[in-house]
Amino acid sequence: MYTETTHDAAHGEHHDHGPAKGLMRWVTTTNHKDIGTLYLWLAFIMLLYGGSMAMIIRLELFQPGLQWVEPHFFNQMTTMHGLVMVFGAIMPAFVGLANWLVPIMIGAPDMALPRMNNWSFWILPFAFTMLASTTFMEGGAPAFGWTFYAPLSTTFAPDTTDFFIFAVHLMGISSVMGAINIIATILNMRAPGMTLMKMPLFVWTWLITAYLLIAVMPVLAGAVTMMLTDRHFGTSFFDAAGGGDPVMFQHVFWFFGHPEVYIMILPAFGVISAIIPTFARKPLFGYSSMVYATASIAILSFMVWAHHMFTVGMPVAGELYFMYATILISVPTGVKVFNWVTTMWKGSMTFETPMLWALGFIVMFTIGGFSGLMLGVAPVDTQYHDTYFVVAHFHYVLVTGALYSIIAAFYYWVPKWTGHMYDEKLGKIHFWWSTIAVNVLFFPQHFVGLAGMPRRIPDYSLQFAEFNAISSIGGFAFGLAQVFFLYIVIKTIRGGEKATAQVWEGATGLEFEQLPSPPPYHSFTEAPPVR
Amino acid sequence: MSSTSNQDYYVPHGTHWPIIGSVGLSLTVVGAANFLHGTWSATPIFVGIAILIFMMYGWFGTVVKESLAGTYNAQVDMSFRWGMGWFIFSEVMFFAAFFGALFYARMYSVPWLDGASNNDATAQYLWPDFEAAWPLLTLPLADKFEVAKATMSAWGLPFINTVILLTSGLTVTLAHWALKRRDNVWLVYWLFATVALGFGFVILQGIEYAHAYQDLNLRLDSGIYGSTFFMLTGFHGFHVTMGATMLLIIMIRAAKGHFSPENHFAFEAVAWYWHFVDVVWLGLFIFVYWL
Repeated sequence: MYTETTHDAAHGEHHDHGPAKGLMRWVTTTNHKDIGTLYLWLAFIMLLYGGSMAMIIRLELFQPGLQWVEPHFFNQMTTMHGLVMVFGAIMPAFVGLANWLVPIMIGAPDMALPRMNNWSFWILPFAFTMLASTTFMEGGAPAFGWTFYAPLSTTFAPDTTDFFIFAVHLMGISSVMGAINIIATILNMRAPGMTLMKMPLFVWTWLITAYLLIAVMPVLAGAVTMMLTDRHFGTSFFDAAGGGDPVMFQHVFWFFGHPEVYIMILPAFGVISAIIPTFARKPLFGYSSMVYATASIAILSFMVWAHHMFTVGMPVAGELYFMYATILISVPTGVKVFNWVTTMWKGSMTFETPMLWALGFIVMFTIGGFSGLMLGVAPVDTQYHDTYFVVAHFHYVLVTGALYSIIAAFYYWVPKWTGHMYDEKLGKIHFWWSTIAVNVLFFPQHFVGLAGMPRRIPDYSLQFAEFNAISSIGGFAFGLAQVFFLYIVIKTIRGGEKATAQVWEGATGLEFEQLPSPPPYHSFTEAPPVR
Repeated sequence: MSSTSNQDYYVPHGTHWPIIGSVGLSLTVVGAANFLHGTWSATPIFVGIAILIFMMYGWFGTVVKESLAGTYNAQVDMSFRWGMGWFIFSEVMFFAAFFGALFYARMYSVPWLDGASNNDATAQYLWPDFEAAWPLLTLPLADKFEVAKATMSAWGLPFINTVILLTSGLTVTLAHWALKRRDNVWLVYWLFATVALGFGFVILQGIEYAHAYQDLNLRLDSGIYGSTFFMLTGFHGFHVTMGATMLLIIMIRAAKGHFSPENHFAFEAVAWYWHFVDVVWLGLFIFVYWL
């Protein structure tokens, strides 16, 4: 359409100058690197906030009986811990990584819609302030579990629930805008020659994740809207007395909730698919099968939601369908794990910190995957349902899965971002400390779960005492390890050995081959050549 | 990917509109929560909405100015297209949640409450007089609710509204054709017709709501039939109001000569949105009113 572009005076030569000075730089920025940094810091703050609530939970569960907190406060802690970690830590961390990495991986000047990019971030601090403030209000924070099942969240919930509802609305708006931006960037901003099947897998996994976000965040918005009208305007969506059904809430929620768990793990697959080839010094095995496996997981994720509801009283045909569909997901997931293992086969392996975290991911995420298979079998899930076995399962996939990949991504790309190498010795200490602690923390929870300890209860039967004490010790150690991580992050930003442009001997991709470390404020003013 | 130089892609520098939007959005919802609890008056909600309108006016105003100055190349235009398309998809999924609730109530929860699918005893002990039907005019615990006396017929106002919306889909297409042949006069006329049909729809919907409340006692709190009826048609009506307002703005911009056959994405975006509310209405007409 236009062969030339006219820039108005204020924006003339806008590719050359660096960031503005002061606080307003961060408030008004449209730069993908600035916004990525903001997302990552928000995620870290939320990780420590959600983590401190986990510490309170483990403190109370250290011994049987009630020692430290009231049961109602305990329920608030489990609920807020889940909400903050899912919506505040894991999701924003991956969006932060996408902001930093997608443009420099595909050779784009910035995100496709930079102003909207700013807004998707700047809604979040308001949303989380609103959510966190409920802790200090009369009635307390949400205490009905992060899944906020009706009627606990409708008929029997305190007034503060409305702040929770609106906070979820805001997070949804933010996520949908962020996802639209990522899709538009990937589909429209690739450098010439960067065909879809040449894109790094992190970009592919984020493209599919963004699609999942746009498909299910509005459904979550619908669910909380129905809650709001049931609470205040006399509708009976979740009220059997008026022809509705509390179970309907669970269906609507998990139609969002199951794709949501893949939203939290698909970008992790992308990160691991970048790190393993670098340190095995071999190209990724089965690139196209990785792409198709990711797409298959995404499609299947819409068809399995009721495996979270096997004990709710569904017709047997429903139980059978959801069981088989769920087990089917292990096929594309298995494709991924085998591809990573095959990539390492006969590779020239070295074990720098990012590789350690990636390997930790593969081993422990797979443990979480296997316990997921057990939970997916409807008849045995009747025993596991709502026990600590479920807690162990989803912490293996979310902590040693999603969180481990985020930490791996930090160590892998932070030299590129800051131009400084992190301290290798401290990184290794961080890995081994965390990995030992996290297994001490979550592995015993399998045992108490199988033995029947229910989740979300502040007290327990005496026979669970030893395993819970062990678990709590692991929990405190793991928590402390992440404070140590904060120290490593700050130390790396402030200084360190200078990183080369390629950073790692085996690293490939535009960000390592075409940009210095750190990259200029505006990278790729000329589209880079793509091999 | 029109060129190998990224210099042509417009990357704006610094914007204060998003933070203003966040403040407006937060004030609106915090105000709404406090209003529902009776602790605040409705004023903060309106102040919040006013801030949001101010933000949209300023933000879109900047974009319009940049567009007229020729700042956007074809690639930027394509980013806008992807953005609008996926935004509409997110709206589709929002309505899908409420359609899902409607289908779940009709297919499962209402029959089960009457004892279907192995639930005999529950129904007999809890509400022996309840009989499943759709539209649902008896309720399991009728004394808790304002039970509707009759159902909304499909072939009165709702049918007229269907004709109105389908016609408006035609007029907006005629406007597009006028735009493509550089006929600014008919562009504005057809847009005016579309806007008039849109607001006409909203007015008739209001009359229908009054009829529902006054004559049929069909209310938001009339059990699941009233809940799904008003939430689905209400959110749709809200979207029609938004769409008609956007069309009105497009009409004013068209009258100012903002659009050319080569450069009129704003028109197309709003036209897409208009067709989307049209299609949602067809779903509503079939599943809420007719079947």
